[in-house]
Amino acid sequence: MAHSAGVCGIVLAFAALLSLGVVASADEGPIKIGQYGAFSGKEASFGTAAHKGVILAFDEANAAGGVLGRKLELVAEDNQSKAGESATIAKKFVSRDKVVAVLGGNVSVNSLEAAPILQNAKIPMVAISSTNPRVTEMGSYIFRVCFIDPFQGAVLAKFALATLHAKRAAILTSVSNPYSVGISKVFREKFTVGGGEITIEQKHSEGDKDFRAQLTAIKAAGVDCIFHSSNYTEGALICIQARQLGLNVPIFGGDAWEAPQLIEIGGAAVEGTYYSTHASPDSTAPEMQNFIKKFRARWNGETPDSIAALGYDAAQLVFDALRRAGTTESAKLREAIATTKDFSGATGRITIDKDRNATKSAVILTVKDGKFAYVETVNP
Amino acid sequence: MSEFLQQLLNGLSLGAIYALIALGYTMVYGVLRFINFAHSDVFMVGAFIGYYIGQKVPQNTIGGGLVVLLGAMLGCALLGMLIERLCYRPLRGAATLNVLITAIGVSLLLEYSGQVFFGATPRTFPSVFPSTNFAFGDLVISSNQVVVIVVTALLMVGLQLIVYRTKIGTAMRAVSLNPKAAQLVGVNNDVVISFTFGLGSALAGAGGILYALNYPSIDPLMGVMPGLKAFVAAVLGGIGNIPGAALGGLLLGTVETFVNGSQWSTYKDAIAFAILIIILLFRPAGLLGKVSVEKV
Repeated sequence: MAHSAGVCGIVLAFAALLSLGVVASADEGPIKIGQYGAFSGKEASFGTAAHKGVILAFDEANAAGGVLGRKLELVAEDNQSKAGESATIAKKFVSRDKVVAVLGGNVSVNSLEAAPILQNAKIPMVAISSTNPRVTEMGSYIFRVCFIDPFQGAVLAKFALATLHAKRAAILTSVSNPYSVGISKVFREKFTVGGGEITIEQKHSEGDKDFRAQLTAIKAAGVDCIFHSSNYTEGALICIQARQLGLNVPIFGGDAWEAPQLIEIGGAAVEGTYYSTHASPDSTAPEMQNFIKKFRARWNGETPDSIAALGYDAAQLVFDALRRAGTTESAKLREAIATTKDFSGATGRITIDKDRNATKSAVILTVKDGKFAYVETVNP
Repeated sequence: MSEFLQQLLNGLSLGAIYALIALGYTMVYGVLRFINFAHSDVFMVGAFIGYYIGQKVPQNTIGGGLVVLLGAMLGCALLGMLIERLCYRPLRGAATLNVLITAIGVSLLLEYSGQVFFGATPRTFPSVFPSTNFAFGDLVISSNQVVVIVVTALLMVGLQLIVYRTKIGTAMRAVSLNPKAAQLVGVNNDVVISFTFGLGSALAGAGGILYALNYPSIDPLMGVMPGLKAFVAAVLGGIGNIPGAALGGLLLGTVETFVNGSQWSTYKDAIAFAILIIILLFRPAGLLGKVSVEKV
């Protein structure tokens, strides 16, 4: 018995070796595409939302027979919101999984870790919601489907001046987060150019939970709005502590505030706060409404946020490029992604510009009665 | 001026939490002469016990809040005694370094099992105590901050009474002074040490609840930073000394808050630790600690 099992094992191993050889030489078997992101940890909302959008796109494409006559296989890896993990995952994608393209990440600092490795291996990467300009500057194989921070910072400055009629603003930056530092810088410039004054600037570190000291200093400085440029976990705590200190001016953030946890943790304290983001589920565009319908059917009636929509768009954009390239060969696939023009996605029309960024409009949302509500759209 | 007073209030309420955790470190050190690094993770488990009990009790009531607080203290006391029984007792009599490394191991075990059982995603802590804000002119303090300061003060006084006014407290001090001699005069060392761990862990549990009330986003690694700060606070005040732990905690919280509110906020931890080093240079045993000569 033992003997025959051994023989069986050897035969199987041979078969496996042979089939590997076949896959490597001919275009058969599924096309592998990687996705990395924070599926757990303090940035989990971004990664899980994007992942759900990506899975939906894969399910749809496979139900329609795949791409280039082959099925698509998603290889997803969780970076646990930890520094360094995204680089490890990128290396795995290159050497073990041999993916043809990579989707992600969400948080800019993750994309900055993975991008150089994928650039070296010449595997196209499409960042989902990484808005820091440096991400696509990493090389010719790195793209994104979202707008960049200089635009987002300008949108927020314009919003604070025109809609909130703010004259004196406070900025609260997370010094260990390049996204936060970048967007604060642009906001400072644009708000000042627009005639406003940055009365006080305060800093905190990633993972901090007590902001009363900074908020007390802000309160003493006397401002009429507060811009917090880091993530929703800190954002929610900042709103709670600001309201406790009797600091009742409007508080607003960037797209890193977009997560259901903002309302869950912040409760009544986040009512009337604002943030800028990529798209709103309240949008009447047929592409968005169609996406929401499909997303709800796939994920038990859950309403997607804009990060989920971006994940879906990033996957669709890669599928579209694969179809146009007609091959999984990396240089041709890169060329096809780079020449994407007026691609119709859930978050709007996507055209990849010469710097490999997407030119898109931004929307401002607010929290009203415990729900996110649409305020306005700002075009580039 | 009002800004200064407000920052002082902020600092005291932050410091009170450090003090509460520091009490647990200092008590175990006082009796066993070893740093229980798993203490800050028992603190985390306390917050999670509160999270689960908090779903079952009526929200925003003092009764419900007390049930959560006592439940977490009890759960943590049991956990602390279990850790002592399984991990530290078999090493009794072994070199201090072995026990220290075991403590670090237990700490990592709790953190990462926490990620398995509770998930790594931050949870929202329910608002179990009713909360309002009290304003005195420009000064504002939330009821949660008041609760933290009052509970810490009460627990500190209670602890001082237990250690200096009760039989078990006398036994604790006896074990601390000389375990062998204590055993000779009829003290059951195992019971005393188990009790010490239970008491210290109950304080950690209370700390976890109070911390989560003030910062209602909890995750399995939430204990790491406050635990480190509390350890520093305990050393600053003179490790093994109960009022010292409280003083160290309040001092550290206040310094951190003032630095945070200034333009040097990026250096807040650096400045807090620099102060620690300076104090230890001049008072090696900490602010209230006594220099003891090692008996050979």
